[in-house]
Amino acid sequence: MRITISGARVIDPASQLDQITDVHIDHGLIHALGDAPQGFQPSMTIDARGLIACPGLVDLDVSLREPGFGRKGNIASETRAAAAGGVTSLCCPPDSRPVLDTPAVAELILDRSERAGQARVFPIGALTRGLEGEQLSELVSLRDAGCVAFTQGLAPVASNRILRRALEYAAGFDLSVIFMPQDAALAEGGVAHEGPTAARLGLRGIPETAETVALARDLLLIEQTGVRAHFSGLSSARAIDMLADAQSRGLPVTADVAMYQLLLCDEDLDGYSSLLHVMPPLRSASDRRALRQAVQSGVIQAISSHHRPHESEAKRVPFAAAEAGISSVEVLLPLSLTLVADGLLELPALLARLTSGPAAALGLPAGRLAVGDSADLVLFDPAGTTEIGHHWLSRGSNCPFMGQSAPGKVSHTLCQGRLVYQA
Amino acid sequence: MSLKSSKLQLNEQGQLRHFLGIDGLSRELLTEILDTADSFLEVGERSIKKVPLLRGKTVCNVFFENSTRTRSTFELAAKRLSADVLNLDVQTSSTSKGETLYDTLRNLEAMAADMFVVRHGDSGAAHFIAGNVCPDVAIINAGDGNHAHPTQAMLDMLTIRRHQKPFEQLSVAIVGDILHSRVARSNMEALRILGCPDIRVIAPRTLLPEGIEQYGVRVFNDLRTGLRDVDVVIMLRLQKERMQRGLLPSEGEFYRQYGLTSDSLALARPDALVMHPGPINRGVEIESAVADGAQSVILKQVTYGIAVRMAVMSMAMAGQTTQRQSRQGAE
Amino acid sequence: MTELPDVGTLLQRMGEDLIALLDREQRTDPAVVGIHTGGAWIAEQLRDRFLPDSPLGSLDIAFYRDDFSQIGLQPGVRPSELPFSVEGRHLVLVDDVLMTGRTIRAALNELFDYGRPASVTLVTLVDLESRELPIRADILGVSLALPRGQRIKLTGPEPLRLTLNPIAES
Repeated sequence: MRITISGARVIDPASQLDQITDVHIDHGLIHALGDAPQGFQPSMTIDARGLIACPGLVDLDVSLREPGFGRKGNIASETRAAAAGGVTSLCCPPDSRPVLDTPAVAELILDRSERAGQARVFPIGALTRGLEGEQLSELVSLRDAGCVAFTQGLAPVASNRILRRALEYAAGFDLSVIFMPQDAALAEGGVAHEGPTAARLGLRGIPETAETVALARDLLLIEQTGVRAHFSGLSSARAIDMLADAQSRGLPVTADVAMYQLLLCDEDLDGYSSLLHVMPPLRSASDRRALRQAVQSGVIQAISSHHRPHESEAKRVPFAAAEAGISSVEVLLPLSLTLVADGLLELPALLARLTSGPAAALGLPAGRLAVGDSADLVLFDPAGTTEIGHHWLSRGSNCPFMGQSAPGKVSHTLCQGRLVYQA
Repeated sequence: MSLKSSKLQLNEQGQLRHFLGIDGLSRELLTEILDTADSFLEVGERSIKKVPLLRGKTVCNVFFENSTRTRSTFELAAKRLSADVLNLDVQTSSTSKGETLYDTLRNLEAMAADMFVVRHGDSGAAHFIAGNVCPDVAIINAGDGNHAHPTQAMLDMLTIRRHQKPFEQLSVAIVGDILHSRVARSNMEALRILGCPDIRVIAPRTLLPEGIEQYGVRVFNDLRTGLRDVDVVIMLRLQKERMQRGLLPSEGEFYRQYGLTSDSLALARPDALVMHPGPINRGVEIESAVADGAQSVILKQVTYGIAVRMAVMSMAMAGQTTQRQSRQGAE
Repeated sequence: MTELPDVGTLLQRMGEDLIALLDREQRTDPAVVGIHTGGAWIAEQLRDRFLPDSPLGSLDIAFYRDDFSQIGLQPGVRPSELPFSVEGRHLVLVDDVLMTGRTIRAALNELFDYGRPASVTLVTLVDLESRELPIRADILGVSLALPRGQRIKLTGPEPLRLTLNPIAES
């Protein structure tokens, strides 16, 4: 199918393109930018005047809940939600049931996402079998089955010795490892940032040191083993300082932050909304300020949704008893655009954090608009408004922004040259 | 999906409709609770200790944590208000069969309950019920996790008001496991709102929450310094499991450092009151002779507890009823 | 403005009638109980002037009102004080204004929660003749029919005076 997108302001952070031009798509690839090549006959033309066209967003953390958690979501429902949020490439964490620690699970996920045809899915494999932290997964077989990186998520590794061996092994095959640093013992039983708000509400706190102690250990082991490393979901100002320090010493570590961490903080827990139970927890307002500055400065290269859909029962309990996470992939772009509205970032810089930045962090073939690339694009109206919750697609309606409005409105999402979402 | 507690607790006229916590309530409202409780105290001295205020109303005591004492005082309070009382010890019934808090309460609501008195191990459980489960039923928080125990705080305030100087002239010390104490949190808030200028907390660092300063309190790690010239000493119960979690070396060391004895009490003012929310651990946080001594008002607290609970229950029931009527009128 | 009777004059006649009635019915050694707030003022004056040996009590019927579920608890509830045993006692119950009779019903209910009195004699200063319950005063100061939109109020405690006020539009 041949498509022409005409008249959009095309922003491609990877090539630093920002101009009003046409995009021509053929056989799922970017065929040409600007004038149509000789003899190009589109079967569909999208009049995109007034809209912005950019690479489809690359989201490094979208829990698809399949296999194993059909009550919370499935590949079809959550990739459809992703498409509505302008996300065309996404990484799914290994915490499915069974855990993504065998090629069979990776193949199942890839097969079903291909059939759903809504977004390109890049699975993240479990670093250890069953995420139990004891025995290494078959990392190379998993890579061959399509896993683009490996992680323990928030699950602890039994010992520093095992972690060191896992990182050495991964480094030997040039595999990427994603870290979510949280010291399990310091965080034990905690549900909220340890600080005045948690103290007042009587919620068990997770100290900042739960993150920084683990981060310090991880950085040292990364340096020792030389593994390719990415940090996901950092939450504290102190952790950002340590990351920036490591980067300035030349350690090639990248990081992403959960979009909601840039908007919410622990003070919002007043009232005990279980929708705000997330892990790592929402930290203080000054932590949030540091995270936003790190996104601005580029210490953090990527913004991801950390999408965690849940059935309503999982949140229809008191705060501490609620399962952690927010369903947010389908509002990733509008929520991110608030950062432009707030004056934190210019639009091209924001889009870099949503496309080329995350793609580069894990070396994904996505997030750019060059001739010959996969035709993954999102068109959005920067002057429009998204009413959050209107036509909700994710199976999880656990989104604290429900009922609010956010700037910008996705009008079309194209994945591999096919129109997968149209407002 | 939830409101700040101050908004959730009051109806459009500013009357109490749930009693979830002290935070966000006005001095006038706390004083009204104490005044009303004073009146109910007198009811407890009559030959027939009952008034018909809540006749025909159904009060459910839903306790997800065991506490026969607290439940009994709520039960007696409800009965003295002529309500029908249903006691549900949820630990031993439905949740063990996998029924959720949500379903348990919705079921009770369907039995036309007018008020739930709820104790639950999770902080914010009462907020959750008032905000998300049964907003039309008056919810009384009988203790939620480490968060709040507002009726205990109000009975402590009534005890202080009846036996001490005005709040504006008082020094009050709260001693012990502040970190895990919902009683301490609610008491610090109530004392501050009622104008107490000198609130002290006395505890080892491991039993103090991060950010304790927000309550406007003075922190003492040393009991003897902290008790000097106070008018009221509120002792807290120490749970045995604190030793296992590495927060304290031993019961014995805690008692030597923080136990209230005749010697340490002598540092307070001679007419200082000794209070404790109960049940007391003799020889762990308080010496027997002090618990039973002339300055102890621990048993008075129990008596006042019934009157305070009658006051809160009748006020919340009235506030919830008027809220419902004004909403029906608006429709 | 309508001329309202002088409270002192009314009290004098009511006191004399009360003594006569108590004698006639052989209601000896009575206790006087006033209903908050106006009734308590009148009760105090009647006791001081006519029954100086009788104990005095007061009732706040807020916990006994039959309109609790409509209007809720009234703020400023005071404790009832009955510093004597009600059981087997002759009681003189005093209120300022008798309107529907509901206040008296509530007061009787409350009194019976203290014990079983030998008798209750009802004394009111004003009867507005708009009763909704079969309750009538034994000793009455004055019967009044109010103009529409007006209400009567006893101010006190010293001096006691009846005033007419327009009902505030809400």
